[in-house]
Amino acid sequence: MKKNIEWTKRHLLGIEDLDRDEIVTMLDQAEGFKEILKRPIPKVPALRGRTIVTLFCEPSTRTRISFELAAKRLSADTVNITASSSSFLKGETLKDTVRNIEAMQIDMVIIRHSCAGAPLFLSRCVEASVVNAGDGAHEHPTQALLDIFTIREKLGKIKGLNVCIVGDIAHSRVARSNIHALTKLGAKVTVCGPKTMMPVDIEKTGVTVTYDIKEALKKAEVLNVLRIQAERQNQLLFPGTREYIRGFGITKAKLKKYAEKDILILHPGPINRGVELSQDVADGEYSVILDQVTNGVAVRMAVLFLLSKRRKQ
Amino acid sequence: MNDKIKAKVLDKEGIERIVKRIAHEIAEQNKGLKEVAVVGIKTRGAFLAERISDELRVIEGAEIPVGALDITLYRDDLTEIAEQPVVHGTEIEFDMNGKTIVLVDDVLFTGRTVRCALDELVDFGRPAGIQLAVLIDRGHRELPIRPDYTGKNIPTTRTESVEVRLKQTDGVEEVVVFEGTENDSGTQV
Repeated sequence: MKKNIEWTKRHLLGIEDLDRDEIVTMLDQAEGFKEILKRPIPKVPALRGRTIVTLFCEPSTRTRISFELAAKRLSADTVNITASSSSFLKGETLKDTVRNIEAMQIDMVIIRHSCAGAPLFLSRCVEASVVNAGDGAHEHPTQALLDIFTIREKLGKIKGLNVCIVGDIAHSRVARSNIHALTKLGAKVTVCGPKTMMPVDIEKTGVTVTYDIKEALKKAEVLNVLRIQAERQNQLLFPGTREYIRGFGITKAKLKKYAEKDILILHPGPINRGVELSQDVADGEYSVILDQVTNGVAVRMAVLFLLSKRRKQ
Repeated sequence: MNDKIKAKVLDKEGIERIVKRIAHEIAEQNKGLKEVAVVGIKTRGAFLAERISDELRVIEGAEIPVGALDITLYRDDLTEIAEQPVVHGTEIEFDMNGKTIVLVDDVLFTGRTVRCALDELVDFGRPAGIQLAVLIDRGHRELPIRPDYTGKNIPTTRTESVEVRLKQTDGVEEVVVFEGTENDSGTQV
């Protein structure tokens, strides 16, 4: 029987704020929602009459569409705002924008912003629920939830698994959220990347650090490969793309040579094909990248449903 | 929650007899059971649906498709209930179009659960008809809904509560009526 806990949180700002039971509740709920997506009419009336705004101040395809679909599958009304087509360009502040939207009776804001802490800031100045869809290099909680959901679905557990996160750890909100979620659920997490992309004191979060892909691949059962984010690097952190591929690009040859077990391959997308992942690995038999995208909708439905439970009086 | 047991109205044998009788009534009503499927409302209705389907197999020798509905997301009181409902997922693996669906629940009270179930069922297709079977009808309907097959009518006051306990969920087989308190009423769908 699934555990029934009382959900008290109004916002989802990061995995750091959640405890183990809350994470498990979200994953369990998502399982129920995944079934809905396979129905002849993949829609339920749970959030009828709620209005959800997606406010994306940074480009996104997957996350925005995934949130929007999740909201629509639950019968909520959605409004999309992108920075490039809104009054941000006229100099309106984030706070003013959202308070104005809120004056139109909305229930929830889903925000992506290049500044870490933007969702937290918003949650303090509006009544609506706030969901973090990625803030700078801080957190991307729904990505971590869908990653873990996918791992649990494929391997049946999280506890005790050797999970390795490879790439630009320092600039990655996906890495940060994943580390919080995985360690809370008892996985053994290793991070691997060039020294220039490793945050100081990352060991304090309970992970093992390695700069050697051979060592990382040896024990790993799950590999979460991060995207090389050229847009977030002010200075070049590695000599060139070819050096990165040689050192940390995941190829079939490397997996064959160094891995002891079959490794589940995750990637948050969008993939730089031929850089962090080779073609044959990205489309290979252990790649669950498209499952992640499908599961993303179910996980976000669970998030929207849980947070919407608390309607303002 | 509930304080005192008022009466035990059914035991294991009683439940068994009722399930058998309802199965016979279903077989009589839907001659041959050709296009019949049984769908239970989670949690206890789903177990009762399986038992009815097993009985139907014995009676007519035909394999009757069974499904289970989780009506959580169709409830009309999602904003009012205090505890967090867990979505367990609906399991309907057969094509519903053209079938006669026998909807099964343990206790029929206000009728709101059945209303949710009807809404959800039609999202899966267009059944030829929907019939309703309940183990206990305790009255106090708030919607124009009536059962086609009733196990037992139990007159209750609004504050009382009826609990069907099955071995899969509770480890015992019985139906118990509890005396309610004044502030404990009407929250159940």
